[in-house]
Amino acid sequence: MAVETLTPAEAMAPAKPQRESQMRLMWRRFRQHQLAVISLWIVVAFYLVAAFAEFLAPSDPGAYSARYTYAPPQGINFFVQGEDGGWSFQPHVNGYRSEVDQAAMRRTFVIDPEEIIPVQFFAPAEPYRLAGIIPMSVKLMGVENARDPFYVLGADRLGRDLLSRLIHGTRISLSIGLAGVGLSLFFGIVIGGFAGYYGGWFDSAVMRVIEFIRSLPTIPLWLGLAAAMPKDWNAVQTYFAITIILSLIGWTELARVVRGRFLSLRTEDFVTAAQLDGASDWRIITRHMVPSFTSHIIAAATLAIPGMILAETALSFLGLGLQAPIVSWGTLLQDAQNIRTLATAPWLLAPGVCVVVVILALNFFGDGLRDAADPHGR
Amino acid sequence: MTTLLSVEHLSKVFTLGGGLFKPGRELVALNDISLTVEAGETLAIVGESGCGKTTLGRCIIKAQPVSEGKVFYHPKDGQKVELTELDKRAIKPWRRDIRMIFQDPMSSLNPNMRVFDLVAEPLRVHRICKGRELEDRVISTLGKVGIPADAIGRYPHAFSGGQRQRIGIARALVLDPKLVIADEAVSALDVSIQAQVLNLLDDLKREFGLTYIFISHDLGVVNYIADRVMVMYLGHVVETAPTEQLFERPRHPYSEMLLEALPIADPTRRKGQNKELRGEIPYLGNRPIGCPFHTRCRYAQDKCRAEKPALRPINGTAQMAACHFAETLELKGAYEAPQKVFA
Repeated sequence: MAVETLTPAEAMAPAKPQRESQMRLMWRRFRQHQLAVISLWIVVAFYLVAAFAEFLAPSDPGAYSARYTYAPPQGINFFVQGEDGGWSFQPHVNGYRSEVDQAAMRRTFVIDPEEIIPVQFFAPAEPYRLAGIIPMSVKLMGVENARDPFYVLGADRLGRDLLSRLIHGTRISLSIGLAGVGLSLFFGIVIGGFAGYYGGWFDSAVMRVIEFIRSLPTIPLWLGLAAAMPKDWNAVQTYFAITIILSLIGWTELARVVRGRFLSLRTEDFVTAAQLDGASDWRIITRHMVPSFTSHIIAAATLAIPGMILAETALSFLGLGLQAPIVSWGTLLQDAQNIRTLATAPWLLAPGVCVVVVILALNFFGDGLRDAADPHGR
Repeated sequence: MTTLLSVEHLSKVFTLGGGLFKPGRELVALNDISLTVEAGETLAIVGESGCGKTTLGRCIIKAQPVSEGKVFYHPKDGQKVELTELDKRAIKPWRRDIRMIFQDPMSSLNPNMRVFDLVAEPLRVHRICKGRELEDRVISTLGKVGIPADAIGRYPHAFSGGQRQRIGIARALVLDPKLVIADEAVSALDVSIQAQVLNLLDDLKREFGLTYIFISHDLGVVNYIADRVMVMYLGHVVETAPTEQLFERPRHPYSEMLLEALPIADPTRRKGQNKELRGEIPYLGNRPIGCPFHTRCRYAQDKCRAEKPALRPINGTAQMAACHFAETLELKGAYEAPQKVFA
């Protein structure tokens, strides 16, 4: 009897992992998407900033100084000209000179190139705990004399350092995006999974509920829910409450994705085969179905993060989300609400720039992931 | 010979469409089917697409619930298990004895699992063995179907269609089944590969003492592998007969029509022989009154349009047909029973 065997080439193929797992293939396709790769690095950079906020921020986000309200950005210079005319390496910022604008009767700050304030890297600082855990007493940069002004990105209305506030705001805004998506993902997978796997009336009921939720205008709904939040809740409670409010809408999209995947997989032969093996529903779902769409779920979840971040920013901007003293991009942008402030202190729009960059990067990254996960689904 | 499986008055009705307030339309996919499978035989179920042969296979193995009727499995002499009344948990032990080979080897293997895990999965589900023993058993089963042991780390996409179907067969056989339902097991393969897989199935049958229900639309394949053939049309059994008898002298006009459509590998005799199948299969939801086949039958009489013929033994032989004129019609068999091309 002729038995078909592997061709010589196949048999010779190295016995080492010939496997190209789903994830590997996906990563390979992803790398061809240059914009997505760049975006991935941007996103990683932002999340690193969020993770090491205390180390990166030069000063405490709440530290104010009445002497330097609306001080403009100093920027960092690296070389100073010595008296002999030669240049030497010395990171520094310039001090301020205050001028009075006679016409507007307003005091303004002007950078004074003469005054040089040396900047130290890995400067000693008040002991703090990184991410609330690791005790440290060094910051990325600082000035020797704590009384010297150090406003790389400028100062706000109360003379607080915008860069430090931006860094701490990054932590809150990005983590609320992640937490919100995490929560949405949990509800989405459980509810969508049940609907897709069992189908029938439960599926129809869930789909109608999702359609109902999605037909509600989101901003008024959020406003209502946020307004119902007790005012005396502390920062952590508000943070979690806002996360939950955002996920209330967010889960619907993910539930639909999961349900769709379950529906299409349920009729696949290999799922029937597993059923005929006598495998339990749980085993079929976790071993046979979920692994074949984890990549899609990751992509869908990534695409859901920007929505969360935008929603939090919008709510906080309107004053209904997070409240001071919590620092997020939304609460920071509250300072940039009127045109006069913008005219005199345009650097207060920096959080807006961050929002745009992160949202774009996350979207490109998510698009790349989705295309990589499902090359035929474009 | 002992009966291994019996099906009594099985019907399957699908409900199409329908909404909250209006009832759906009913589509009868299987209509009062009874059959028995003897231990050790190969029963082929043939018919055009849409005749219900796949549905029958899936109903027997309980991949789909039946609407009416019973399926009995006879594990030992005298013992009788009604599969149709068992729930998921209760049927699990019998899933070891009755296994299925799927038509499409591309979709019936989970693309995310390696060959080893694919074949080991049934053993794990039934907690039969683990560790070293599991490994040995998987590798020896794969060896029997001709997949070398060094391929166990690969994913299904690294194999050709024929190899994948072998893996599917290994999955079915790893539990030491008694009955294997092969649903178009070779239809998706190239002709040359078909021959290899058919030979493999034949060898395995002898080695393990298997019983096959072989679902196919290819009479050439059926002639090669089957002991007995059941011809289905529109969800009805129209004829059952030992293979040779059917090919020699069919008793139902539909069987004749199918046999006529067999290609003959001899140009000198081909002329005028190759009549194509007449007419279209009527839509299932809109079945004819009387004999289901009368719309396409060249011998149809008034009686056929009015009265539905029952399946009955012809002249006291093992051949059964559902035709009013089974005894009198002179139906042609295959011009000459196709030779065992693959032998």
